[in-house]
Order: sequence, then structure tokens, then C-alpha cells
Amino acid sequence: MTLLAVDWLLIIEKLVLIAIIVFASLGIALYTTFAERKVAAVLQDRPGPNRAGPFGLLQPFADGLKLIMKEEIIPTNSNKALFVLGPGLAMTAALMTCSVIPWSSHVEIFDRKVDLQIADINIGILYIFGVVSLGVYGMMIGGWASNNKFSLMAALRGASQAISYELAMGLSLIAVLMLSGSLSLKTIVDGQMAAGSYWNIVYQPLGFIIFFVCALAECNRTPFDLPEAENELNFGYHQEYSSMKLGFYLFSEYINMIMSSAVMASLYFGGFDVPFLDESTLAPNIAALIGVAALLTKIAIFIFVFMWIRWTVPRFRYDQLMNLGWKTMIPLALFNMLVTGALILLKAGV
Amino acid sequence: MSITQFLFYFLTVLALFSAVMVVVSKNPVHSVLWLIAVFFAISGHYILLNAQFLAIVNIIVYAGAIMVLFLFVIMLMNLNASTEPQKNNWLKLAGIIAGGCFLMVLVSLVKQANELNNIAVTMGTGEIGLIKNLGKALFNDFVVPFEISSVLFLSAMVGAVVIGKKA
Repeated sequence: MTLLAVDWLLIIEKLVLIAIIVFASLGIALYTTFAERKVAAVLQDRPGPNRAGPFGLLQPFADGLKLIMKEEIIPTNSNKALFVLGPGLAMTAALMTCSVIPWSSHVEIFDRKVDLQIADINIGILYIFGVVSLGVYGMMIGGWASNNKFSLMAALRGASQAISYELAMGLSLIAVLMLSGSLSLKTIVDGQMAAGSYWNIVYQPLGFIIFFVCALAECNRTPFDLPEAENELNFGYHQEYSSMKLGFYLFSEYINMIMSSAVMASLYFGGFDVPFLDESTLAPNIAALIGVAALLTKIAIFIFVFMWIRWTVPRFRYDQLMNLGWKTMIPLALFNMLVTGALILLKAGV
Repeated sequence: MSITQFLFYFLTVLALFSAVMVVVSKNPVHSVLWLIAVFFAISGHYILLNAQFLAIVNIIVYAGAIMVLFLFVIMLMNLNASTEPQKNNWLKLAGIIAGGCFLMVLVSLVKQANELNNIAVTMGTGEIGLIKNLGKALFNDFVVPFEISSVLFLSAMVGAVVIGKKA
């Protein structure tokens, strides 16, 4: 009797894919911290980290080693279980997004077609939305369990900011859904890749701007890094954290950046599509590799824009942030949704 | 035991255990977090029933929005054992008896229901839970109730804004 009648090859395939994507995102996040410091250095006209290894390339490893070697402090009056749970939740929520992103088409290994997407579910976008809404728990639990008033205030700020900008983000997504007629990210990317169709950014410039601003707010990046406003809150919701727990919080921010860049690339910039190249004429494995490279390039460009903004624009005040979210972003997103719907109806000739 | 049955029992045990922990936990913040675990387990059940839309909306709305507000309130109230009023022992006893009676009624109801007898776990094969069919049903067959409920939500939202403005 078989205990569990399942396709074991499929499970192994998915596990390998998950392992590759998780470790790749961690590796990319490691070097994103390095890129952040280098970009900051260029924008501020200084050399940046250049001592560890050639061009300072080993700097992220030195930083990681430093974080691991530091003393792990759990405050006496903190809620210990939740204090430990917080960074783990933040990291999990950040990594969960990667499962519905189509990283490329498919590769063929030993006559077996392996899709380079962990799960092509037909509620892909809603799944991303759900994971984004869970992202606040890591921050809130960590901030509260620290038993520090500054941490709690930062966590409350962060959570209300995330909830406010989720709405505008969801509304701007609806316009994309109306265009593509599907919630599956794979179908949305395929629709943009099809011959004779353009990337969604051509149809949705306003929607993209709204989504991008909301992504900045959801990732707690400047100009919306209110939860980490050092001059008001000492350090932010992770003030009491030290060692690798702090590392997890800082790291999850970079992973959030990578994932939101991947989502933006998939929704508005054709995902793994290379412009002016017909992928179907190439061998599947080569096309898949080119696709991964294209998607990673788009992600890198987005991350650079994130950093560029961080080192150029100053931080918003809290009331300005809320005004922008509720009184500008949501009406704009509603307007964008209405115009998109009207244009689709006009084109269909109803 | 198929994978579906295995998942069903796993999710059921998780849901029941978390639900018990919601009640048993001394710390209200822990209770809220266990309740979130219950919502996740129930979403898993929805997926087994092929109701994907319901599953994800359950997570977005309940786990993602409502429970965050719960957590907000409870964290700010700073509840702990010393501020909690001491409950009368008789009150506790009455609660146990009332809860036990309710449980007995529910169990006997499930036991008597003919449709539930001798039925093993089956995977939902219905298509109505998929977002496309659900949308078609909502906007064709149930369009009036759907629109009325959306007006109800809008009025609730406007009401909340008005109350917020007054304060």
C-alpha cells in the first residue's frame, strides 16, 4: 500500500526550485546591501566600502560575520517567545512572495518539462496581496514584544502605513487585472509577451506610478521609512534586537525590495520578456536562461531606482505620509481604474 | 491514506488545537496570534474544497486586516493579569456548564445528520469556488443583493469617517 500517492518527482522538482530561489534571493539580498552602500557613496561623492577584498566585494560577508558574532541580547522584560518569533515572521513573509513569480518559461531536463515558477495558481495576484498584508506582523510583534515604547510606536506607525498603502496598491492592481483578464501572474506575463502586444506600462503608466509609490511604502523605504526614523524613534521597531535577529529584520527589507521589484517587472514590464526578441524561435533551455537574465536585469534596475530615491529624497512627515496615501493615492487609483474600465469598454465597442 | 486525507486531518488538528489555545492562552496577544493560526488552517480547508477565492480572501481580510486591528487595540490596552478583574468562581462554573451544553447540542446535531454519516473525506471538485465562476454567479444571479451589500459597506465606511471627524 502506498502511504501517500503523489508524484514524488514533482515534489523533488519543486523543493529544488524553492531551495534555489530562496538561496538566490538571500545571495542577491546580501549583495544588495553592498550595492546600497556603493550607490550611497557614489551619490554622496565618496568611495564607499573598499577595504574587504577587491573593490570591497567581500564587505557583505564581513558584515554578516560581524552580525553573527555579536552578542545575542533578549531584554529581560520582553515577551521572549514573540521576541524570537518576530524576525522569523518578517523573513517568512518576505520570502513567501517568490512562490508565484514566474522566473522564466520552462527548461527541459531529461525530457521532463520543468516550469521555472513554484506555483502557477489562478489567484496569483491575490496571493501576493495576502502575503503583503501579513508582512506587518513581523514588525508589529517584534515592536510590541521588545517592551520598549519607541519600538511600539515605530511598529504602530509601520502597521498603519502598510495598511493605508495596501488599499491604493490593490486598486492599482485591479486595472492590470481588467487589462489581462487573469489573476495568474504567468498568464499576465504571457499576455505581455505575445506578438503584437506591448508591456502593461504602455497602457498603465499612472497605475505603475501608484504601484511603485505603494511598493516604496510597503517596503519601508525612504521617503516612507517612518518606522525607522532614527531622529524621532532612536532606531525603530527593531531597536532592542541585536545579532542575527536584527540581521533578519534588515535582510527582510532587502528581500522585500527584490520581491516587489520582481512583481513590478512581471506586472508592468513584461516579466522575463526580452524586448524585440521572439523567444519561441530559440531552444527552450536557452530561452529560459535568457528570460532569467532579463528578469534579473529588470529587478536590478528597479533596486537601483529604490536606492537612488533613498539617497535623494528626504523622509516624509507622518501626517504628510497619511495625506498622500489616503487623499492622493487612493483617489488617483480609483480614477485610473475608472478610465481603464471605460477605455476597455470603448475598445470592445459596447 | 491519500494526500488529501492527510492534509485534511493535519489542518483539522491544527485548527482545533489553535482554537483551544485561543481560549486557554493567558496573554491576549497570544490569543490573537493563535486566532490567526485558526484562520490559516480554515483557509487550507477552503483550498481543499477548491474554493481558492474564499481561501485567499479569508487570509487578506481576516488575517491581514481585521486581526491587525485586533492586535493594535490589545497591544495599546496593555492587558495583563494585574489589571484584569477577578472573576467569580460561580461565574466560571456557569460558563463551563453553558459551554458544555452547547457542545453537547452541536455534537448530537452532527451525529444525527444523515448526510454526514459514513462519509469519508472527499476533495471538493466543485468549480463554483474558482474566482471566475464566483464572479459570474455574483454579477449575474445575485447582482442586486451584491450591490446592496456594497452600498451597506460604503455607508458603514462613511459613518466611520464621520465618527472619526467628530473626535
